[in-house]
Amino acid sequence: MTLRPLAAALTFALAPLLSVSTAASAAETGGEGVRTGGDAAIIAEIDRLIARGWEENGVEPSPVASDSEWLRRVWLDLGGHIPDAEAVLEFDRNQSESKRAELIEALLNSPDYVRHFSTVWTNLAIGQGQVENTSRLGMRRFFRNAFARNVPWSEVVFELITAEGHFEENGATNFLLAQMVDNDEGVQATAKATRLLLGMQVQCTQCHNHPFNDWKQDQFWQFNSILKSARRIDHEEFNEQTGQQDFVYAELVRRPLDGPVFFEKRSGLMQVAFPAAFGEVFGEGMDTDRRTAFATALTGLEPDDEGFPMASESAEAVTDQVARAFVNRTWGHFHGYGFTRPVDDMGPHNAPSHPELLDYVTEQFITHGYDVRRLITWITRSQAYQLTSKETRENEVDDPAAGEVPLFSHMAVKRMTAEQLYDSLLIATEAQKAGNSDWESIEAQKRVWLGQFITEFGTDDLTESTTFNGSIPQALMMMNGELTSKAISADAGSYLNRVLGSTTNPEEAVTRLFLASLGRKPSGKEKSAAAALIRASEKPIYGYQDLFWALLNSNEFVFVK
Amino acid sequence: MFATDQTSRRHFMRHMAAGAATLPALQFLSHLEANAQEVRRRGKAVILVWLGGGAPTIDMWDLKPGTNTGGEFKPIDTKGDLQISEHLPKTAMMMDELSVVRAMSSIEADHMRGRYFMKTGYRPEVTATHPDFGSVVSYELGTQRPELEIPAFISIGGGGGQSGYLGMAHAPFEVSSNGRIKNASLDRWTNPQRLQNRLEMLGVLEQNFIKSGRGDAPKAHADVYDKAVSLMTSSQMDAFKVEQEDQATRDAYGTAQLGRSLLMARRLVERGVPFVEVGYGGWDLHNDVFNSLANDKLPTLDAGLSAVTADLKQRGMLQDTVVVCMGEFGRTPRINQNVGRDHWARSWSVLIGGGGLTGGIAVGKTSSDGMRVEGPSFLPGDLWATVAQAIGIPLNTVHTSKTGRPMKLANGGRPIAELIG
Repeated sequence: MTLRPLAAALTFALAPLLSVSTAASAAETGGEGVRTGGDAAIIAEIDRLIARGWEENGVEPSPVASDSEWLRRVWLDLGGHIPDAEAVLEFDRNQSESKRAELIEALLNSPDYVRHFSTVWTNLAIGQGQVENTSRLGMRRFFRNAFARNVPWSEVVFELITAEGHFEENGATNFLLAQMVDNDEGVQATAKATRLLLGMQVQCTQCHNHPFNDWKQDQFWQFNSILKSARRIDHEEFNEQTGQQDFVYAELVRRPLDGPVFFEKRSGLMQVAFPAAFGEVFGEGMDTDRRTAFATALTGLEPDDEGFPMASESAEAVTDQVARAFVNRTWGHFHGYGFTRPVDDMGPHNAPSHPELLDYVTEQFITHGYDVRRLITWITRSQAYQLTSKETRENEVDDPAAGEVPLFSHMAVKRMTAEQLYDSLLIATEAQKAGNSDWESIEAQKRVWLGQFITEFGTDDLTESTTFNGSIPQALMMMNGELTSKAISADAGSYLNRVLGSTTNPEEAVTRLFLASLGRKPSGKEKSAAAALIRASEKPIYGYQDLFWALLNSNEFVFVK
Repeated sequence: MFATDQTSRRHFMRHMAAGAATLPALQFLSHLEANAQEVRRRGKAVILVWLGGGAPTIDMWDLKPGTNTGGEFKPIDTKGDLQISEHLPKTAMMMDELSVVRAMSSIEADHMRGRYFMKTGYRPEVTATHPDFGSVVSYELGTQRPELEIPAFISIGGGGGQSGYLGMAHAPFEVSSNGRIKNASLDRWTNPQRLQNRLEMLGVLEQNFIKSGRGDAPKAHADVYDKAVSLMTSSQMDAFKVEQEDQATRDAYGTAQLGRSLLMARRLVERGVPFVEVGYGGWDLHNDVFNSLANDKLPTLDAGLSAVTADLKQRGMLQDTVVVCMGEFGRTPRINQNVGRDHWARSWSVLIGGGGLTGGIAVGKTSSDGMRVEGPSFLPGDLWATVAQAIGIPLNTVHTSKTGRPMKLANGGRPIAELIG
């Protein structure tokens, strides 16, 4: 199977097309092939538990999605952008019965997957906006390496928690560095690390016991007494021209701590919290590296001589929450809804929609060494992911958008993220074929473009808001923005120019534009509307431009169906 | 499904009917018509000044001089029947028009949760996304103003928000204080016919997807495009150009971003926009609270608030325009080791006035150290119910969440009696 991935084209300018042979890639990653009995049994169990939910709630699943619907979805979910027109036609021609499984595997081994998942996780870890004195590049490199090498998730978490050093030499440091720009004694880092890596929101217990579960205030401060042992150093240099100190680089180091932390109850009473997690109590002396002890308790890994995580005979994870949180979030990535809502607020107060399934997949994920690609394979090959997003009369009650508990009886319609939209516009217009920009400069341009949608609140929890949510500014950007006018340009070398240069058959040209943007052929009604538009236009080229404009602005384009 | 325009009209009618039940039928009809016109003509509106981060209201509106919690500032007399901070002297001169609710008790002391609670009247929950009150006003009043071509809920540098079950067409339209709306200009089409062609083709594609049985989101997308097109072609976009104001007016509002934003808010209200939010953030003062307030935050706020109140009054618009000034919570009476104040939702103050509400009073009180409310306390829903009453949204209005749950206006809050004239 041949992929024409965006990242490949950009990374290897000399080899814009990257061929991934499934057999070769499985050998390269050293993993056993995914179509083993083990995986089939796991997928079957996922299917059984999902189907049980349908039965218990009296719903029937929607039919399996058409190839074109499914192809566009899996490309966006795994590769971060729509498939190009050629990929759509090729998938259509492919008669193999296992072509979906083959494509999943090919995508998981493509640079597009690595790029997309590192974007998603960089945004989760340090936000979309620019964080002061933090290296987005370093963070991205860390995740790029993690997803490219399929590093076990337990090791990723271990490194994020224990990272030390220069913020570009060890990119993992940026996760904690980004939460430490306000000198707040590790409060923000505590809230963020537990939320992102453990799927638990303990920030409210900073000030009081949790109102809905038995989490106590001291739990927050126990975690805090661990993460407080990280210290941020901003290295500066005297600038003779300005007479000021300029920031050069940030470093994350271990702060030797002795003893517990103290916090104040609402009553004003001072309380004490010792470094501990999930009942496991660590040493509180100077000689204990608290972050490492914590990471070991969470993952069962221990540091080797150079501090890299390795499996250990003596250590064992005291909780499965690292795996559970990742499974929940990853399921949510593909299905639009996780087993809890939100995906990062798990706990006794927020029961999951499919408890047995969540337990089962979590257990399998741990058994299989926190293998991220394998988890994704299970999810994307299970029955629920094959279904169309069209509701039927037999499952219209399964409406999570309306607040119902999701049953996954039809696929949820997801809105493209800003990054997905940007990259999809490049694919639809084959910009990557014409341009010779390198990856970093494309990323930089994209960041400027993304910046226009982000509002930062300047509060101590680093929250941001985005108007990239189907609002009027987003509609205006799509209608009148520079990106769209470039996309529909008819200048020499443009996509439209090439399409019209390669065929004299108007119907074929129209079909090409539908394939490039919506990943499907036009219906009869759409064909006649397009033909009428082109006929009515002052020049035919205007008609094609206006058709392409309408396609890129349509609801169908911006949704992952 | 959410309520359609028709159901909201029905609510409106029912409200009018309740008030007019004893009148003979004919008289009732003309009364109804007169009222409906009245509502349109008078252009009721709300300006929300949003103090993102959570302002220390104990240093602004409810001072506790001479106590451990009182901090460094002194209270001063005002033109109203209450005292406020010495660092708000210009506002003090307008306090006959404005009042302070000193008994807010809003529970949520996390930025995100507090913002949600204060702006919607509902605490965050997983099964429904509630609309900001601005979206409610857009839905109830904006839809009754056919002459309004720009969004009915505009947020100038505001703190984000959502329209929830009322649909994306009522989401806050976020603009920056410089008033430039990106990508809104029609200039690049030399030929309006082509815009028409594009929109017709778009309609065919959109309808196809809307009818494919994929929930409400595809329809919401089309609704937002309708609004965006109407905005692109509207002369009302001039409202964003504060440079069109005369020099004296611009001077009165000052050069600060807040002043500029408030002037824009007044221009928008003049054009018929029923809800404008103006963001003025940077109040998360865990450190060095008194210096920040005295040298930066309060002088700027004082200039902006007093200018917009005076300007609205002078133009005869204050009677119809409610001004609310608050953030997601107050800040701890206790002063922390960094001479800051932390998050505090249990007992704090909100400034509110205009729109015919009683000015010049303090409603409710807190204990001498500011740590708790003494007597009745108020929730955000009570505040929004007060606003609803002032701008003519019937209190018995009910919206429907996407699961079909009835959602009471302002979470069933009761208007604050002391403020209703």
